[in-house]
Amino acid sequence: MSAAKKFIYGIFNDDEMVLNAIPQLRAQGLNVKDVVSPFPIHGIDEVLGLKRTRISICCFIYGMTGSCLAMLMIWYMNIFDWPMDIGGKPSFAFYKNLPAYVPIIFESTVLCAAHGMVITFYLRSKLLPGVEPVILDPRQADDHFVMTVQVKEGQSSEAIKGMFMQAGAVETKG
Amino acid sequence: MQKESNLRPPLILGDKTWHSITEDVCRPIEGKANKWWWLAFSFSLAAFIWWLIVVSYTVGTGLGVWGLNKTVGWAWDITNFVWWVGIGHAGTLISAILLLFRQKWRLSINRSAEAMTIFAVICAASFIVAHMGRPWVAYWPLPLANQFGSLWVNFNSPLVWDVFAISTYFSVSLVFWYTGLIPDFAVVRDRAKTKARKFWYTILSFGWTGTAKNWQRFEEVSLVLAGISTPLVLSVHSVVSMDFATSVVPGWHTTIFPPYFVAGAIFSGFAMVQTLLIITRKVLGLEEYITVYHIDMMNRVILITGSIVGVAYITEFFIAWYSGVEYEQYAFINRATGPYWWAYWSMMTCNVITPQLFWSKRLRESIFATFIISIFVNVGMWFERFVIIVTSLHRDYIPSSWTMYHPTWVEIGIFIGSLGLFFTCFLLFTRFFPVIAMSELKTIIKSSGEKSKKAQVLKSKEVHS
Repeated sequence: MSAAKKFIYGIFNDDEMVLNAIPQLRAQGLNVKDVVSPFPIHGIDEVLGLKRTRISICCFIYGMTGSCLAMLMIWYMNIFDWPMDIGGKPSFAFYKNLPAYVPIIFESTVLCAAHGMVITFYLRSKLLPGVEPVILDPRQADDHFVMTVQVKEGQSSEAIKGMFMQAGAVETKG
Repeated sequence: MQKESNLRPPLILGDKTWHSITEDVCRPIEGKANKWWWLAFSFSLAAFIWWLIVVSYTVGTGLGVWGLNKTVGWAWDITNFVWWVGIGHAGTLISAILLLFRQKWRLSINRSAEAMTIFAVICAASFIVAHMGRPWVAYWPLPLANQFGSLWVNFNSPLVWDVFAISTYFSVSLVFWYTGLIPDFAVVRDRAKTKARKFWYTILSFGWTGTAKNWQRFEEVSLVLAGISTPLVLSVHSVVSMDFATSVVPGWHTTIFPPYFVAGAIFSGFAMVQTLLIITRKVLGLEEYITVYHIDMMNRVILITGSIVGVAYITEFFIAWYSGVEYEQYAFINRATGPYWWAYWSMMTCNVITPQLFWSKRLRESIFATFIISIFVNVGMWFERFVIIVTSLHRDYIPSSWTMYHPTWVEIGIFIGSLGLFFTCFLLFTRFFPVIAMSELKTIIKSSGEKSKKAQVLKSKEVHS
């Protein structure tokens, strides 16, 4: 391994300019790592080559877990451990009482799916109270877009900065 | 980038840029509150303190301080509970259902409507806890083995469903709202000039920076949460309605209740959004974001849901007659002509007649008329719940137990106090939270901003000439 990783940042002020700049800079041999933006840029996933997030699959699994937990809980409490006979309608079999259990199974599904997904999102994206943010530019959440390029061996910073300006950046850093 | 027809009215007026959106939304957080805010806050806080006093009095002395009696066991407590939960529904409808339908006009109003949802559900839950009489055993409906033996809660009971529905709804709405807030807290954090603001918004923003991967996940999470919140919000008021519908009380035991309650909830919720936002946009200077077009769109929702509610009232009456059940028939005749006729006709006037005025485009686009009608709807929907609950109970199967219900000053006090609790929370929200979802609104300025619309129109004219 060579020296520590070095990054150059190009600052843009338009989202379409960013979308056009990425393939252009990559064609010139730059290693474009990431773009920090004040709002989601539509189509940047394909341009950057990001894989589709699997968080919705996690959500489905959490939801199914929620359904199963609710069914298990209801079966244990109302059928197995203490079957109740209310108004001459005894709850001796889970499937016979199922219609009345649907609301709670549904709520438990939603509860586990939503919270499981959000907690996964926070942990995977390292979002927690107290995390110190990496602020590349103070305007990155306001109206500017910061593109990160990792410097490869043999590339000069000046040349990279020149390519950034040519691709439409308003400023460069790093 | 999204394209939009030039014929559609712009969603953001004026010569706005991404930066001016940031400036306009952050101004209330960074500036000082004006005297109107302090005046409103003082009143709300006073009402909230009053709420603490009357609730403490109720809990300390017992439910005997309310006007309930042997025949009417539910009255203002459950009326207020249902009213508040219903109000909450508009926030979820705007942020979840309108997201699925790709209605971009939701973007200016979703944040404050969701805040309203959270605070309204807090108010609703407070009535549930207060009406238990012994709030220290409020955990009893939870599935815990009780200390008297291994008896569990009855999962066949709609009251238990309600505990699950309301708590799921509250917690899911809260994380949906908070997740959307994170990028906007980051905006405030990055602009913060004072140390205290930097410190607090760094904690609140969870270290958000807005990398491409984070935005990708953020959008997926928002979409999936919208997808699962949609059936959730429809289930909540359905379950609330089943608290009544599964009983054998004439006037409650009807299959129309779930859809009728959900429509009513959206109806009252949008009315409350109008009431709040017409004032908020003025006080915070957000008229260019929450425009007459937004007000018109919400009025259309009020018109359609108001009409559904109207049809439901008439259907209930028809079915009571058609069923041939004399108890059911009497319950409805008693509603309209009995001692509570004034409550019934207030409900009919406010909920069925006033929203029909919105067929007129002039009234839909009039801010003054919208404000007045929204108040009428709020009042009407309160009376709807009062009518359903009290008039169905006060004359039950045994005429010897027929009675009237009168609220005591404590019940009236708790209701006024809950308004104080709600407005205290909402006013604090307008001072410390970004009231418009900035990062989402910034995505539509190129397609729906007034400036870019005009440029597009000009361009197309050049092409055609």
